[in-house]
Amino acid sequence: MTAEERSNATELPVTHIRPTSGLVSLKLGELWEYRELLFFLTWRDIKVRYKQTALGAAWAILQPLLTMLVFTIFFGRLAKIPSDNVPYPLFAYTALLPWQLFAYSMSQAGNSMVASQQLIKKIYFPRLVIPISAVLGGLVDFCLAFVVLIGMMFYYQVVPTQGILLLPFFILLALATALAVGLWLSALSVKYRDVRYTLPFLTQFWLFITPIAYPSSLVPEKWRILYGLNPMAGVVEGFRWALLGKSGAFGPMILASAVAVTVLLIGGLAYFKSLERTFADVV
Amino acid sequence: MNQSALKVEAVGKRFQLGATESYTTLRESLVRFGKAPWKATRTRRNNDNPTIWALEDISFDVDHGEVLGIIGHNGAGKSTLLKILSRITEPTRGSIEIRGRVGSLLEVGTGFHPELTGRENIFLNGAILGMKRVEIRRKFDEIVAFAEIERFLDTPVKRFSSGMYMRLAFAVAAHLDPEILLVDEVLAVGDLAFQNKCLRKMKDVSSTGRTVILVSHNMGAIHRLCPRCLLLDHGRLAMDGPTEDVVRAYIAHGIDEVGIVTQPPAPRKPIHLRRAYTATREDNHQRDFRFDEGLSIVVEFEVNREIADCAVWVGLRTVEQVWVLGSTDSDSDESRLGTRNPGYYRTQLDLPASWLNAGMYEVVVGINRQSPAKSFDRVEVGTFNILDVDTPSRLRTGQSRPGVLQPFLDWQQHQLAADEPALLEDPGEHHD
Repeated sequence: MTAEERSNATELPVTHIRPTSGLVSLKLGELWEYRELLFFLTWRDIKVRYKQTALGAAWAILQPLLTMLVFTIFFGRLAKIPSDNVPYPLFAYTALLPWQLFAYSMSQAGNSMVASQQLIKKIYFPRLVIPISAVLGGLVDFCLAFVVLIGMMFYYQVVPTQGILLLPFFILLALATALAVGLWLSALSVKYRDVRYTLPFLTQFWLFITPIAYPSSLVPEKWRILYGLNPMAGVVEGFRWALLGKSGAFGPMILASAVAVTVLLIGGLAYFKSLERTFADVV
Repeated sequence: MNQSALKVEAVGKRFQLGATESYTTLRESLVRFGKAPWKATRTRRNNDNPTIWALEDISFDVDHGEVLGIIGHNGAGKSTLLKILSRITEPTRGSIEIRGRVGSLLEVGTGFHPELTGRENIFLNGAILGMKRVEIRRKFDEIVAFAEIERFLDTPVKRFSSGMYMRLAFAVAAHLDPEILLVDEVLAVGDLAFQNKCLRKMKDVSSTGRTVILVSHNMGAIHRLCPRCLLLDHGRLAMDGPTEDVVRAYIAHGIDEVGIVTQPPAPRKPIHLRRAYTATREDNHQRDFRFDEGLSIVVEFEVNREIADCAVWVGLRTVEQVWVLGSTDSDSDESRLGTRNPGYYRTQLDLPASWLNAGMYEVVVGINRQSPAKSFDRVEVGTFNILDVDTPSRLRTGQSRPGVLQPFLDWQQHQLAADEPALLEDPGEHHD
């Protein structure tokens, strides 16, 4: 080896591999190094989703639109469920937006580890990239559906308040909820294939305990904080507050949601990380 | 001062047996937990599943710029070692120190998506292998040219032929530029021309001072690329030295196992292969043969019901995956394609002595029906060795010679008289 090569060699990054034990660090720095992979996996998911579909991206709009239609007819018109003095279609659609973002991202993330088992067995990268990219993939649909919402707001002549500045926070909260649940489910699914069957049920169940077809104001005031422990309740009411300007005094409820998500997310990260080292052997 | 590219110390990896039931259902775990919550996880870990050490006490160093081969029979732990080095799985004990970026190539085309186009897959696969976007863009044309798929760049790869698919996948991987490259068996793909192209590319990579670790069954590739070689046997490091010596030890000691297959009866199949092995002419099972000793491939099969139009076949190929021959039992007696009556049969294919070159060969046997086409059996019997003793080249020059065959052939020759026309004219011109 020449002197030059030797000095090069000392500058090379050094990796140590040894059995890990006890608590593992999150290695967020490493995750950052792999941001391009994160980008490409998300891009792949989006790209592949609408290939060979007849309606393509129209699906992103059709799903919330049709659901809104059904909700409006059955819950709004026939069951006469109150909608906090907002036109019912707008009331439902505003809630369906974050809901679909959450439901889609959660189920994608929940299945992501099993779906990517070939990758996991053949290549090293921080495994967190997989559920995170699955969650981010839901954003494109969300943006498309959001355009429709803007149109509806013009139609109903609803003007948002400054609360709209907080909208990104609520979007983040929805994504964090999806990621938190997705982390738990995807890590569990590596070991227990039941998760695949649990997901549809979980999504449906969750839909009913979230104020989408009905307003949270139906829930007695003293129970609202407890109700807010469902993070999606906070997200949905946050969306309505930010976009439709209805102040239902849901502050404490939204706070409860934020706390619940944080706990769920930290737990999910820890669980995922503790199983990460065995993924390639078990999956 | 330690300047090794790779320093592996006392690495071991333990696996739990019963890998097929490694994923349980949630219900099982809940039941176990319900019965005895205080020992729900512990019991399983310690008693239920026996464990096996897939790797034990492996230590070696690799210098910068060195090209190291790893050989060993199936299940010796080669792939596990590579997976540990590339951080896909963790060692159970020991430690490894790596200086430099690692690129691993354990499979060609990992992460390729069939719905995406060639162009899109280049970027996706590049990112998966650890390339930066700017890096991929810079090498894009080179990759496309190497893969020879210019015209199909915007076609989804699901419409690619398997050859094109492999070429593209290898092309992306070959343009990976890490300091340390880990490669597993990927050269066993594609046609011969492309394989050679890949080997040349690997040689280029190693000559630019990169460190390469190559796991392969392809002794030819190992010979050409790696001056030094490790031999793994049952998870242990059996030998570490010059490739020449290690490959010879691997072949001579027949560390590769048995070379005999037996299958249980299968009464529901009309015809079924029961046993196959390599043997001496006297029917003693053996895996190492002298060059001047004939060898036989024995196949035993059972006919359960009358069946017609079937043939028992034997295929022979080199460890470089080049087919030497294929032969069927109907070649020497066409009546065997007629109806076969129930019973237990033994058939023996004799290969001539002083014919196959020294080296290792793989035997595949099977039973096929011609029409309607159906394969009843296809079994890899294993390998046998022709020892490099008393071959023509050894006898005459003391050296080995390339080629699959090395028969003693006749050369007719005589001295030409000065006025003989010799080959001055092309004999073809005398036609009319």
